[in-house]
Amino acid sequence: MQRRDTSTRRRFLKLAGGTAAIGVLPAMISVSPAEATPEMMATAIRTVTGGAPVQTGKVKLDIPPLVENGNSVPMTVSVTSPMTPTDYVKSIHVFNEKNPQPNLGNFYLGPRAGRAQISTRVRLADSQKIVAIAKLSDGSFWSVSADVVVTLAACTEEVI
Amino acid sequence: MAAALINVPKKAKNGDVIEIKTLMSHIMETGFRHTTSGVVIPRDIITSFTCRFEGEEIFRADLFPGTAANPFISFFTVASKSGKFDFEWIGDNGFSETASASITVE
Amino acid sequence: MKLAATIFLIPLLLAAGIVLRPLIATEIPQGERRSGYTFMGPETKAMQDDDTANPGMLGALDGEALWNRKASAAGKACADCHGDARASMKGVAARYPTYDKPLGRPVNLEQRINLCRARHQEADPFPYEKHDLLALTTYVAEQSRGMAIAPDAAPELEPFLAKGRDFFMHRQGQLNLGCTNCHDDNWDKHLAGSPVTQAIPNGYPIYRLEWQSLGSLQRRLRNCINGMRAQNFDFGAPELVELELYLMSRARGMPMETPAVRP
Repeated sequence: MQRRDTSTRRRFLKLAGGTAAIGVLPAMISVSPAEATPEMMATAIRTVTGGAPVQTGKVKLDIPPLVENGNSVPMTVSVTSPMTPTDYVKSIHVFNEKNPQPNLGNFYLGPRAGRAQISTRVRLADSQKIVAIAKLSDGSFWSVSADVVVTLAACTEEVI
Repeated sequence: MAAALINVPKKAKNGDVIEIKTLMSHIMETGFRHTTSGVVIPRDIITSFTCRFEGEEIFRADLFPGTAANPFISFFTVASKSGKFDFEWIGDNGFSETASASITVE
Repeated sequence: MKLAATIFLIPLLLAAGIVLRPLIATEIPQGERRSGYTFMGPETKAMQDDDTANPGMLGALDGEALWNRKASAAGKACADCHGDARASMKGVAARYPTYDKPLGRPVNLEQRINLCRARHQEADPFPYEKHDLLALTTYVAEQSRGMAIAPDAAPELEPFLAKGRDFFMHRQGQLNLGCTNCHDDNWDKHLAGSPVTQAIPNGYPIYRLEWQSLGSLQRRLRNCINGMRAQNFDFGAPELVELELYLMSRARGMPMETPAVRP
C-alpha cells in the first residue's frame, strides 16, 4: 500500500532508486493531484470565521515538531476557557496548508465539556504549517499555529 | 471487524471532568491515492463522530481524509449523573457503527 | 566494523591481493540490546502504552473473536482444544519460531496457526498478511506480552539458525549491503531522518504507522530486503523463517511487546 507522495524528495528518491534497481521506470509513480496551497487554507478558515477577525492566543496546539511518520501524527488542541454556561468554547477547527485538502478536523464542544481539549491523529503529507482556531460562545475567534517537519520512512514498501 | 475501543471511566464523582477516548477501526481511504495503472482509489472515510449522553449530544467531530486511519478521538465532559454514553460513527458508503458505555456518578 | 573503516580497508585488502570476503560484524553485546520502542518519540511510545489508543489492540480484539469461532463447518474453534488463550497461550509466542517435526524445519507463529487449521481444524489456511491471520497471530502473541523472549532450544534448529545468521551477515543486492552493516554497526544513527534500530523483533505483529495497519515480521523483512535492493522472498519462504529464527535469538531475554506500535 503506497501513500500519496507530495514531497519532491520522495519522488526523486523513488525514481532514482527504482532506476538503479531495474534500469527502467519504477512500477509505481504517484501522479499528484493539485496540492493544497496557503490560499486554500485561508479560504477554508474564512468559511468557518465568516471573515470575522481572528486573534492569536488562548489556543494551544500540541504536535510533535519533528514527526516520526506523516501517516499518523498525534495532535492535541486545548483552549483556555472557564467552560461555564456563559463562557465556553463552541468549536475547534484545525487546518493545514500542504495536504491535498485544507481541513484536519472540526470539533464541536459545549458548556458541558468541562475542558476544551481534544486529541486525535492526523495525516501530514509534507512539512507544513498547522493552524488551530477556536470559536468561543461570545462569537470571537482565537488561533495558534505550529510548523511541523515531516520526514520519510527509510525502507518503504513498493507495490509488487 | 472489531468496531471500537472505548475508554470511559466506570465511576466518577458529580462535577468531575472526565476524559473519553475512542478508537475505531477504519481504513480512512483518502481518495487521493492511485493504483499503478493510474486509477484513483475512491474515497472511503468516516465523516462524522457523535457522542450523546442520555440522548443529548455532548460532542461531535467532522472528520476528513486528513484524519489518520483507525481514527482516535479523545475529548472531555463533566460527569453529572449516572447514565449511558452512545457513540456513533458515520461515513462514506453507508458506514455506520455505534457503541455505548455506562458510567456511575455518585 | 564501521562502514567508513570498511570502505577504507577495501582498497588495502585488494592491493594486498587478499580475496575480499564478507566481513563478519560482531553482534550487539547483550547488555547493549534495546527494543525498537526505545528509538521512538514520546508520542508514538504513548500510543503503544495506551491499550485504548493502540490500533493494534483492535486487531487483538478481532483475533479473540476468531479464537472462539469454529474454523469451518465441521471443524473446531481454537478454544475447543486450547481453552482460554489467556492461560494456554501464555509464553507461546515468546518461543517462536519452533521446530516442527513432521515438516522437519522451523515454523513461525503464522505457520503454526495454519498448520493447526489444516491438521486439527479441517480448515483452509489463512492467506498470509490478510486481516484474519494477522488478528489471530496478534491475539496469541499478545498473551506473551511482558514475558521474556525464550527461543526454542531444540538442537534440530541449529543449522537453520546458522543459515539465518549467515543471511543477516552477508552482503547482498545492488547496494552490497548486509543487514548487519546497519543493525549491528550503525544502530542509533539515522537513515533518511529515521533512527536505525537494532532489528529486535519483540513486538510482532506490529501496528506500523507507515502501513497504517497491523503487519507481520515477514512483511517488515520484505520491506527491508526491498530497501537493500536484494532478491526478495515470498511470504512463508524458508529463508524468511530462518531469518526470523535468528532475529528472535538476537532478542533473547527481552520482553514481548505485541502489539507494538512502530513508525
